[in-house]
Amino acid sequence: MDFLGIIVIILTLILILAALFVIKTKDLVTAVVASAVVSLIASIYFYILQAPDVALTEAAIGVGLSTIIFMITIRKTRRDEE
Amino acid sequence: MRKALAVFFLAILGYYMLAVLLNFPFGIDHLNPELAGAYLRDTVSKTGAANVVTSIVVNYRGFDTLGEVTVLFLAATGMGALLYKGKTMGRSRQNASVIVKAGSRLLFPLIIILGAYVFIHGHLTPGGGFQGGAIIASGFLLMFISYRNYHVNHRILSNVESTAGSIFVIIGLLGLLYGATFLENIMPLGIPNKLFSAGVIPLIYIAVGFKVGAELTALLDTMLKTVK
Repeated sequence: MDFLGIIVIILTLILILAALFVIKTKDLVTAVVASAVVSLIASIYFYILQAPDVALTEAAIGVGLSTIIFMITIRKTRRDEE
Repeated sequence: MRKALAVFFLAILGYYMLAVLLNFPFGIDHLNPELAGAYLRDTVSKTGAANVVTSIVVNYRGFDTLGEVTVLFLAATGMGALLYKGKTMGRSRQNASVIVKAGSRLLFPLIIILGAYVFIHGHLTPGGGFQGGAIIASGFLLMFISYRNYHVNHRILSNVESTAGSIFVIIGLLGLLYGATFLENIMPLGIPNKLFSAGVIPLIYIAVGFKVGAELTALLDTMLKTVK
């Protein structure tokens, strides 16, 4: 197996764990950070799959802007899930 | 009762999805392989844009892009109408640390230049108006986070936004006037892979970049003003 294949397997494991963590955790702030991790790994995938246009969008919107918008919303409401 | 109903509707949905997927020719490369090949083969000679994705987004599907820009405009306007407050809620209380402040001062112009590069070179390299605008907005976000009393002029932002949107529509109408269809390329194509090539595509992407950047910046500032 080549180098890229090993990286893809590691990234997939992190992606699945982070996505499960988003669902399972009760603390919304850590859930938002974990979903940013999911977006980051997805953007690396888009780059590997030769879609750099989509990778740029995912990195800027998914990791940057949507995270801060979720953070503001949590700040205005409550931090813990029932 | 409700669960039985849910299972019933899910079964209907699953049946139709299965029926569609079973008719899908797996193993054969595409439903219409001729179309994708035609895009890849003819795009550079027809539109002059080296980036095929950009030529599809702005040229072949330019009307869809205008719709997307309108959707973003409506979302930003609705958010501004819902969240607008005359006075800010004391955002100048906590500042970031010295390291964050100095670093963001250093990085801010570089991020803005990167965003401008991405949308000016949208027809040559990956990226385009939306990506460049989002990068510019994330640069402003860095400044909002590190300097709590950093403020932007909403009047300038909304002027930039409406001017850029009007330029998009005017370019489209000029295509209708001098050519045959809305958003038709009326300018010379130039040599592919040069900065001044691809006709109206760079102009439209510059307008979209300014518009998206101004919209997202105004949106972030409006949202950040509502929290302490």
